[in-house]
Amino acid sequence: MSTMTAPSTGLTFTKARGVRKIKNNVAAVLMTLSFVIALVPLVWLLYTVISKGAGVVVKSSWWTEDQSGIAADTPGGGAFHAIVGTAEQVALCAVISVPIALLVGIYLVEYGRGIFARVTTFMVDIMTGIPSIVAALFIYALFVTTLGGNRAGWLVSLALVILMVPVIVRTTEEMLRLVPNELREASYALGVPKWKTIVRVVIPTALSGLITGVVLGIARVAGETAPLLILVGYARTTNWNMFSNFQGALPLMIKDQFTNINTASSGTVTYHLDANGNRVAGAVANYAPDRLWGAALTLIIIVMGLNLVARLVGRRSNISS
Amino acid sequence: MAKRIETKNVDIYYGKFLAVSEVSLTVAPRSITAFIGPSGCGKSTVLRTLNRMHEVVSGARVEGKVMLDGEDIYASGVDPVDVRRTIGMVFQRPNPFPTMSIYDNVIAGLKLNTRRMKRSETDTIVEKSLRGANLWNEVRDRLDKPGAGLSGGQQQRLCIARAIAVEPQVLLMDEPCSALDPISTLAIEDLIQKLKETYTIVIVTHNMQQAARVSDKTAFFNLAAVGKPGQLVEMDDTEKIFANPSDRRTEDYISGRFG
Repeated sequence: MSTMTAPSTGLTFTKARGVRKIKNNVAAVLMTLSFVIALVPLVWLLYTVISKGAGVVVKSSWWTEDQSGIAADTPGGGAFHAIVGTAEQVALCAVISVPIALLVGIYLVEYGRGIFARVTTFMVDIMTGIPSIVAALFIYALFVTTLGGNRAGWLVSLALVILMVPVIVRTTEEMLRLVPNELREASYALGVPKWKTIVRVVIPTALSGLITGVVLGIARVAGETAPLLILVGYARTTNWNMFSNFQGALPLMIKDQFTNINTASSGTVTYHLDANGNRVAGAVANYAPDRLWGAALTLIIIVMGLNLVARLVGRRSNISS
Repeated sequence: MAKRIETKNVDIYYGKFLAVSEVSLTVAPRSITAFIGPSGCGKSTVLRTLNRMHEVVSGARVEGKVMLDGEDIYASGVDPVDVRRTIGMVFQRPNPFPTMSIYDNVIAGLKLNTRRMKRSETDTIVEKSLRGANLWNEVRDRLDKPGAGLSGGQQQRLCIARAIAVEPQVLLMDEPCSALDPISTLAIEDLIQKLKETYTIVIVTHNMQQAARVSDKTAFFNLAAVGKPGQLVEMDDTEKIFANPSDRRTEDYISGRFG
């Protein structure tokens, strides 16, 4: 088309040619489309969980009461027992995992040479791929079958350690490798010993990344269900002691409520209890779905909250003197 | 303050690879010595040998003697950390610590090394070092701002301030101006002239005019052949090297016939 080409004024540069323009547009459309497609399930999931779970989560009783003595058709109750259990188990797991994983990561990047470091990297790779149920079975075999212990919350923490350590080691490695070697050399050239260079220069530089890694590790294990199923029974009553008896946890609460959906609706009851505990004639009220989504939303809120806190801490420390 | 550096038959290896062989040279106190030569001939490697930064690379080692006022810095029992406190270094690319303010960058060497210091003490050192690096007037109002926010030339002078804050005997500079524009380069060259009054300075440069401008002595390094180790061809007064070198290879390089 003569209208598409630039007038022949002897200019070297003309407008972008048709084919290239089309390619460019096609690529742009494809990328935008992929982005939207990737976003759809995320937004959809968040919308579903929030719309179905927000109703119970906004009540203050949700955060202060447990589920003891509360059936699917009984109103009230909360997720306190599950929050306590999940928080304790994840906290113990983090207390054990974070120092180990950070030190392993630092070793691999700053000190690791030769066969020992290569074997360690290899083992971490393998550990990354261990299914959570295998980790749970291993802990069960060791502590319950072999050592004769009882199922309890702390065993879950141990199983989660197996899952969490490789995740944090990996991110620690990546973050420390991002620290330019020039900074280490600058520090050495000032006569600063290696360990102090790592503690005062390398780690502060990588700190926000390291914190993100820890939070990712926590997020990875907070929703694990297999270790809970195998290593601790689900208790609807709040149990502060993670070293004895059953203990609630958010993933198991979701599963418990999921089971309740069916038990309640298959009954032959023709009344239900209203919010004040009075019998009201009519179809069975089933609060299980609300609680199920509520527990799911609570889990997401906790992990997101941790993420936010970690980001704030990381940002602040980056400017510190 | 300034000390003499002497090397005797220094061979420098990376693993089994001999990078530089048979370097013997003397650097007088309170003088500026420039290392010139084509890329890959081992200038920087020799420089890094002078404060034991070479061995930071894994597998790197040095044979021969490097003496600081007659004391062998490679003798067994000598702590490389001590050597580096005595012989400071400025790198090719400005590398201030990104997590630290300008103030903290300057006293980083002291703060990371020694006991706690009083604020008044560090204030004095920071001002003295920044003045020494010709940077004080530009940053005096924003000492608490991050060092990475300065321009490239200012960052490099900040790195020089950081290096002289620990009061070394010798200052090694590895192409300190190669990442800078001509104005910043001029500022650094003026600074180097000034620092000469206090320190022994060795500077690696790709810029022959720079070597001619700033240095008292010039050492020319070259590769004997591709795959052969680098070597020191000759070292002499800068004027002589650039006007009337004794070695044919130096003359070829200076006059642009190769390299």
